[in-house]
Amino acid sequence: MSSGTLYDKVWDLHCVADLPGGATQLFIGLHLIHEVTSPQAFAALDEKGLPVRCPERTVATVDHIVPTISQERPFSDPMAEEMLSTLERNCARHGITLNGLGSGRQGIVHVIAPELGFTQPGMTVACGDSHTSTHGAFGAIAFGIGTSQVRDVLASQSLAISKLKVRRIWVGNRLTDGVFAKDLILHVIRTLGVKAGVGYAYEFAGPAIEVLSMEERMTLCNMAIEGGARCGYVNPDQITFDYLKGRAEAPVADIWDRAVAWWSSLASNDDATFDDEIHFDAAAIAPTVTWGITPGQGIGVDERVPVSEQLDPADRPIAEEAYRYMDLAPGQPIEGVPVDVCFIGSCTNGRLSDLQAAAAVARGRHVAEGIKAFVVPGSEQVARAAIKEGLDEVFREAGFEWREPGCSMCLAMNPDRLEGSQISASSSNRNFKGRQGSASGRTLLMSPAMVAAAAIAGRVSDVRQLS
Amino acid sequence: MTETIAFPQGPIGHVSGRGLVLRGDDIDTDRIIPARFLKCVSFEALGEQAFADDRKELAGEHPFDQAVHQGASILVVNDNFGCGSSREHAPQALMRWGIRAVLGVSYAEIFQGNCLALGIPCATATPDQIRALQDAVAVDPTAEWTLDLQALTFSDGSTSQTISLASGSLDMLRTGQWDATGQLVARDVELTRTMAALPYLNGF
Repeated sequence: MSSGTLYDKVWDLHCVADLPGGATQLFIGLHLIHEVTSPQAFAALDEKGLPVRCPERTVATVDHIVPTISQERPFSDPMAEEMLSTLERNCARHGITLNGLGSGRQGIVHVIAPELGFTQPGMTVACGDSHTSTHGAFGAIAFGIGTSQVRDVLASQSLAISKLKVRRIWVGNRLTDGVFAKDLILHVIRTLGVKAGVGYAYEFAGPAIEVLSMEERMTLCNMAIEGGARCGYVNPDQITFDYLKGRAEAPVADIWDRAVAWWSSLASNDDATFDDEIHFDAAAIAPTVTWGITPGQGIGVDERVPVSEQLDPADRPIAEEAYRYMDLAPGQPIEGVPVDVCFIGSCTNGRLSDLQAAAAVARGRHVAEGIKAFVVPGSEQVARAAIKEGLDEVFREAGFEWREPGCSMCLAMNPDRLEGSQISASSSNRNFKGRQGSASGRTLLMSPAMVAAAAIAGRVSDVRQLS
Repeated sequence: MTETIAFPQGPIGHVSGRGLVLRGDDIDTDRIIPARFLKCVSFEALGEQAFADDRKELAGEHPFDQAVHQGASILVVNDNFGCGSSREHAPQALMRWGIRAVLGVSYAEIFQGNCLALGIPCATATPDQIRALQDAVAVDPTAEWTLDLQALTFSDGSTSQTISLASGSLDMLRTGQWDATGQLVARDVELTRTMAALPYLNGF
């Protein structure tokens, strides 16, 4: 059993009671909601005749269903419009702040809560979205929940939940040029598999993690869930504090110093014990691209699609399914695979530094003929900051479309989607069958810089080769 | 096929019904319910849409479409079932199609928690046991099986295997406390005490 880890400390502080049945009642410090997984929760609350226990600890925005071309109301899709107006009604009725379209604060829920300073070290964070693990980047315990649990948090600001084990993912050395946090997490998942994290929280630690920016740490923790770990986290440090300082909802004045002192005390102790520990070498990781239909089916850009015989027998049936679905041959190099659509955005890689990395590749080049390429900033704040730097112009001149903030083609609950068996280079987080809106659409996951490189070449390319 | 049996309520000692086999590891929640069907403000219509894309691809040959499986209520799956998105729409779709219990090698955690919140047991057994049970269930789709949460067995009278459930889930299902809202709301004094001791709620 783990002890002395950040996970243990934060868990203990939030324990309300032991419930009959063995679960723990855990207080939730920050509850994030959006239009997709909350309407039925509010309806269930009404059915039970319960009020919202702590409306000031729930933060709302709209992200999944918003169009990224014109966000004018009413939306052309009546159901999208109904979902947003339902959220607006529920928030107004219960006194919950909605960071809506045009507020200057709207965006993907996992982008806005950190950038507004809502997400802080030592909190428990829950949201009806599996990528809530993102917020662990701050040294929070953050995890996704279902709609019945959203109802429970609204009603009681707490959840019935069981404690996880803690696995330390220790990453030595440094990532090399052209290799990003996205490549690191794809490499970890490729190595450990998509279910290795079930039952665990992942602590990401070691020299390679300590030098990552907050935005890179968010990318890393965001995809912990793709490796089966419901939450991932990084211990808070000076990089965390520097990021938070001055954010809209961050502590100020003398409270700030006390906050930093408390946050610092939460980091895992030097003598903490972990249930498990696995080491990686950051310097050995190449830009990584998925070739299959799970985020664990990734390879270095300089590798070939694995042949069945190289794989663990348990992994062969899904590999066979992936060859057929992706129309890729075992042994084929991934570099050079032609793409149709290039998507830069999502809660994984839709932040300013992601757009900067992609723009650095796009600057002075042009998207290959016949390729549809588009950039979707993660939030209104990200969009403003990018425009201030002229990144929108860099992308437009290079032949990319510049869109309005939202979840966009990560999951295609809005007009952005693949058609037929189109293949996308995507900076998002899931390459499941049908994920991007077409039942036969195909997804290659990679970093934003690699997506930009694919857009320029019209095929999967090694961004390190572009000088 | 939808809502022919009542949704789970109260203590759950066993689930009886016909079995249905769905083979494959890592079946994600996007496959169970594609994202376009999440455009709704109620779960009601989801039963018809369970596995929509897989069913379309198999043109009538998907287990959820085969006539012989209509009315089945115990789903027998493989490893890491329900991975991916946290959408409760996935277990809601299964429940509204008619599923009242799932048996498999392992589940993604959020999916399992979502099932528990609906009173749907997610039982486990070893890969070998599951393979044997899938074969047994497939041989006679009309056979009546019982997932017994007291004896921890899955049997049809002739074949029987031992199953497991996480102890917390098991107690909550057996005692009917899987609908947690009431218990959570009842402990408001303890909740207030926890809040009073949290530095970030009290100016650090």
